[in-house]
Amino acid sequence: MATKVHMEALSPTMEEGRLVKWNKHEGDPVKSGDTLAEVETDKAVMELVARADGQLLKVMVPEGTTVPVGNIVAWIGKPGEKVDGDGAAAPAPKGERSAVSGARETPAKPTPSAAPNPAPAPQPVAAVAPADATRVKASPLARRIAKDAGVDLKLVQGSGPGGRVIKRDVEGAPAATVAAQAVPRTADRAPRTGVPYEDVPLTQIRKTIAKRLAASIGPIPHFFLTTEVDMERAAEAREALNKQLGEEGGKISFNDIIIKAVALALVQHRACNAWFQEDHIRYWNEVHIGMAVAIEDGLITPVIRNADMKSLREIGAESRELAGRARNRRLKPEEYTGATFSVSNLGMFDIDQFTAVINPPEAGIVAIGSIVAKAVPDGDRVVVRRRLRLTMSCDHRVIDGATGAVFLKTLKQMLENPLAMLL
Amino acid sequence: MPTLTYRDALNQALREEMQRDPNVFLMGEEVGVYQGAYKVSRGLLEEFGPKRVVDTPIAELGFAGIGVGAAMGGLRPVVEFMTWNFALLALDQIVNSAAKMLYMSGGQIRIPIVFRGPNGAALQLASQHSQAWESWLAHIPGLKVVAPATPADAKGLLKSAIRDNNPVIVLEGEMLYNLKGDVPDGEHVVPIGKAEVKRAGSDVTLVCHSKTLTVAQKAADQLAEQNVSAEVLDLRSLRPLDEAAILESVKKTNRAVVIEEGWPHIGIGAQVVDLIQRDAFDDLDAPVQRVTQADVPMPYNKHLERAAKASPEKVVAAARKVLYLNGD
Repeated sequence: MATKVHMEALSPTMEEGRLVKWNKHEGDPVKSGDTLAEVETDKAVMELVARADGQLLKVMVPEGTTVPVGNIVAWIGKPGEKVDGDGAAAPAPKGERSAVSGARETPAKPTPSAAPNPAPAPQPVAAVAPADATRVKASPLARRIAKDAGVDLKLVQGSGPGGRVIKRDVEGAPAATVAAQAVPRTADRAPRTGVPYEDVPLTQIRKTIAKRLAASIGPIPHFFLTTEVDMERAAEAREALNKQLGEEGGKISFNDIIIKAVALALVQHRACNAWFQEDHIRYWNEVHIGMAVAIEDGLITPVIRNADMKSLREIGAESRELAGRARNRRLKPEEYTGATFSVSNLGMFDIDQFTAVINPPEAGIVAIGSIVAKAVPDGDRVVVRRRLRLTMSCDHRVIDGATGAVFLKTLKQMLENPLAMLL
Repeated sequence: MPTLTYRDALNQALREEMQRDPNVFLMGEEVGVYQGAYKVSRGLLEEFGPKRVVDTPIAELGFAGIGVGAAMGGLRPVVEFMTWNFALLALDQIVNSAAKMLYMSGGQIRIPIVFRGPNGAALQLASQHSQAWESWLAHIPGLKVVAPATPADAKGLLKSAIRDNNPVIVLEGEMLYNLKGDVPDGEHVVPIGKAEVKRAGSDVTLVCHSKTLTVAQKAADQLAEQNVSAEVLDLRSLRPLDEAAILESVKKTNRAVVIEEGWPHIGIGAQVVDLIQRDAFDDLDAPVQRVTQADVPMPYNKHLERAAKASPEKVVAAARKVLYLNGD
């Protein structure tokens, strides 16, 4: 009797896997332990190995398809042996495609049609949904709407009890398209194409990160990165610039320099210039910096729009003007909403360093401490330098440790070498 | 259009039908000289005399049986029970004689009879006199069951019940008799088996009948303040059930709450939910919720009684649940 090959749980949290590549093909001899296929789990690409000897009789799942754990993906048996799946409907890859295999098209950047894996023919929809735990819970109406609109329910974050996908979740949800592996490289520099942002569906691993970390610290799983920046050259530059401005007024503050540097660093690290949007991440091509301003009995974050494209003088003038009106509570709503990233400065209060709380849906905020003179090693000598401690709070659903660290490194380099901002 | 109480609308229906058809007569405890425990038969003895308005002893099984016999003999009796709680004693005649005769006689013997009276709880009448019997009665093939909620429907459905050639149960309500509403003069007949949308809405269907129409309407008002548009569907007839109307509404709103006075177990709502899950499955965005009396004998204590009854607050909570507005 032929042996079934199941989609195995290759990680403790794996609920479904995408069949990346068949290493064996129908008719190939296989031995127990041979790698049959490569499977992308929620964590990594793993090997699916044969558990029986014989011939790979039938492959039930084409490459690129996402299959729930437990479903049959192939049969191994004696040559010529009949298998249950012959001619019958393939067991339940459900015709839906996972986030990994289906990035949605956006008007900004049409998904390349020359995707590495052409779309496999849609699988027949199984009459009965598999009764395993990986089944997407959805109301009957939501299922029907999703089916009619071609929406992949797996891509939809359910807002009902137990994550049930309901009508409001699928209305206006992006249709699943078929181009594989078109997940944008989020570390790309933000393209200035005139389109303000790009919505990228959550990938399997992103979904797992979002779910697990949100469950551990909740609703936003924060983590914090601190770096110390040498501000000596920034201070010199600031003094020179203010001397240059002289009586014209409108002096440049450290805060202005930091805002500009943060904005420019974000242009280089779009992965940090993003909003978490429950079922997708919005990567902004524009940079709007929220600037936390303490006001009586609270705080508010007026927004310096397109801060990366503004001069230090413009940023300085605008931030002073906004902060003044913020304290007088004269800000219009559009002036304190829409930031893509924020900065909070408690340096004036002699705070060495602190952690700021993320302003959702933004994914990060940088907390600025005081600039203090410190004795630091300089080769064999000890010199006194003006130093600044920056702490970035990151939403782990969007930004991973290394992603944040690379951004922070760029920011540090810009502040330590302000001329880099001219590049 | 004249404004009448529910009681006077029933009285009008009885009078008009007795004027229209000399075979129609009324029978029950205190219906004649006392003019009805709830004054539904006011003036009828005077107008139609003791042969057509018959005071009976306190013997429900007996006079229900006389009614069935009279119907077999060609008359069209209207049997009033002082409350449906007392009609339990007459269930053998209702279920075994009235409901089955047409079938067991091979279609030879029709039983054109109306059994009517107040149903469900009023105020502090305690467990034995505060019961809603519709699921018992609507369970029986051979009976038709109507439960009008408004004066106009009371008149129109009682007229239909009297004219029907089958036994028809008319469920009224002590708390409904004083309810006022517009009632068309003269020939106003509401067909049995037709529900009515009493308030159109788009977000959730509140299925109700009889006294729970008021509950549903109050709930719909409260929901409107929360920007929820509730459709109130009054079943009016419980057997036959207007399945098309229920499905049409649920297909529009995708969500339903079914409200009734009776107990939850095997209630009218269970029947409605069964229909919805089967025939509107793909239109449902949430499991259907039910609001019923608590699953206990009705308490006498005022506060406990209030807590046990279906209320607008419970309906609002159920509606928010099917709309996923409770944050759970």
